[in-house]
Amino acid sequence: MDIVGLISIALTSIFISNILLAKFLGMCSFLECAKTVKTANGLGLAVVFVLTLTAPLNWLIFNHLLKEDALTWIPGVEAGSVSLEFLQFLTFIAVIASSVQIVEMALEKFSPALYSALGIFLPLITVNCAILGVSLFMIEEDYNLLETVVFAFSSGIGWWLAIMGLAAINKKMMYSHVPEALKGLGMTFITTGLMAMAFMCFAGIEL
Amino acid sequence: MSFSKSKEGQVLSNPLVQVNPIMVQTLGVCSALAVTAELKPSLVMSLSLTAVLTCSNVIISLIRNFIPNKIRIIVFMVVISTLVALADQVLKAYVFEVSKQLSVFVGLIITNCIVMGRAEAFATTNTPKMALLDGLGNGAGYSLVLCVCGAFREVLGAGTIWGAKLPGIDSMYAAGYVNNGLMVLAPGAFFLIGLFIWVSNTLYRSSK
Repeated sequence: MDIVGLISIALTSIFISNILLAKFLGMCSFLECAKTVKTANGLGLAVVFVLTLTAPLNWLIFNHLLKEDALTWIPGVEAGSVSLEFLQFLTFIAVIASSVQIVEMALEKFSPALYSALGIFLPLITVNCAILGVSLFMIEEDYNLLETVVFAFSSGIGWWLAIMGLAAINKKMMYSHVPEALKGLGMTFITTGLMAMAFMCFAGIEL
Repeated sequence: MSFSKSKEGQVLSNPLVQVNPIMVQTLGVCSALAVTAELKPSLVMSLSLTAVLTCSNVIISLIRNFIPNKIRIIVFMVVISTLVALADQVLKAYVFEVSKQLSVFVGLIITNCIVMGRAEAFATTNTPKMALLDGLGNGAGYSLVLCVCGAFREVLGAGTIWGAKLPGIDSMYAAGYVNNGLMVLAPGAFFLIGLFIWVSNTLYRSSK
């Protein structure tokens, strides 16, 4: 396991192909929740948390149950050659929805302080496409378990960074004169475009 | 700015511009940005989403009286992800190249908020016929933005349309015209959608 490869995955997913600004995942909640820095922070942290939890879980399920040749441990002639890959969407979304539910209940019981900080954001996260997206990308890229953990965590950090940036810019924007018809959603898109351009400066970096 | 007087007509035509899912309801933005670098994937994506959305609307509307309120989200998810898995298999079988290009975004139709949003906001309270029209209407509104956006980005960014070179582009290259590389990259998508919203807001507000 080489450490340079892992660092490279981390830097790539935070800066170079940022999950939000280059892969466009998790836009809906990004646009809705970047109103204040506090909300953005809460949602960002919840995304990091849920991503780091669900992606490895999905990796284990995919590689030990769904993948072609994954079922060879079941005695029987046919089992080994069965590929259940077409079930991956259904399985992943079920894993994400149920683990979010479990995390929510566990937080409420054991850490009320953290629950009051993250609680209201957790249900929103089930339908955040960044979560499902990371699980699908890790299959596409054929990462191993350790790489998946690093990839999921740093993708979450990248998302957190982007939403914090937008929330801070939106706050400053209150004092600017934006054309009437461009106010709100339109301006948010232009701002995000400029942020994406800024992040493109990282594109030449290679490890 | 309604195109039609009857209720059915309005359900079908309003989402085109007036309550466009992408530009006004802010639903399904992720895929609108990600797949529109060229026209062909945009069209395939539009068709897949419209098919999934219409089917899920009809199915959910048919079973709306049997879904317990508490677990409705999970029921929606199961219906939608089954349909998406079907769509994915069909795409892989018939247009493999495009399905490679769309990569994970077909799967992400599951979490595309248009499908969930319309199921929650419309299909649970309306008859299957209206839900069908609503699905088609919203699908068309989504497709409109996607295809216009895809066409713009392909023409400006690569100088081609549907993979073929624009007529007369060579003489323009000779005269010093350069493709706008920014259009095919992420920022181009953001700017273009932002400008669309600007234009549609201006038109819609002035016609009111």
